[in-house]
Amino acid sequence: MIAIFAALVAVLVAIVMLITRALTGPTIFDRLLAVNTIGNAAILIVALYGFVGGRPDFIDLGLTYALLNYVGTFAVLKFFRSGALGATTDENAS
Amino acid sequence: MIAIEWGGLAVQIVGGLLVLAGAGFFLIGAFGFLRMPDLFTRIHAASLADTTGMALVLLGLALLAGPSFAAAKLVCLVLFLLFMGPAATHALAAAALAAGIKPLHETGAKPSMSAARNARPAKPRKGRR
Repeated sequence: MIAIFAALVAVLVAIVMLITRALTGPTIFDRLLAVNTIGNAAILIVALYGFVGGRPDFIDLGLTYALLNYVGTFAVLKFFRSGALGATTDENAS
Repeated sequence: MIAIEWGGLAVQIVGGLLVLAGAGFFLIGAFGFLRMPDLFTRIHAASLADTTGMALVLLGLALLAGPSFAAAKLVCLVLFLLFMGPAATHALAAAALAAGIKPLHETGAKPSMSAARNARPAKPRKGRR
């Protein structure tokens, strides 16, 4: 129980650091990775808080958020690689 | 309070230690992601938080939950993260290289690290193939 509260505090401090990096990232990839890691920290917070309240059903919310997080990350990366989100027929070899 | 009290004191202690270790890994990964000098070293630091920290925290919670649907969901979430985290990291590094971001080389090299840095050539070497 004490461990779960300590883990919540640690994840919140980690989120503060990640937001700092996301605001002052030199490149756009730093910001993208920081946003992805903030999403993972949000999954952790949902799971931990569900166990604090005695309602572990919040894990479904965490699973859905993980799926959406990775779909969004891959969509942005594909946009940077090929310049379009659709199926490109002429794949320019970068 | 945790509504699902499963097992004895030993299971609770082991689960709490796993959760604490995972949170510590996550904090260390975030700190490295804040302090590293380069994009690729930052990717290396953030992958620690994304895989090891999250897997340890979620497995500790599954151990605290006991044999239930919540533990099965947590194990499924851990497997998904362990599959997709390295894939996302590799895609991000490949996209950064394709965008023309160069890794660090030879800047701020300490004298004690010079031998280890000179062991790796900066140019791609012409191997005998």
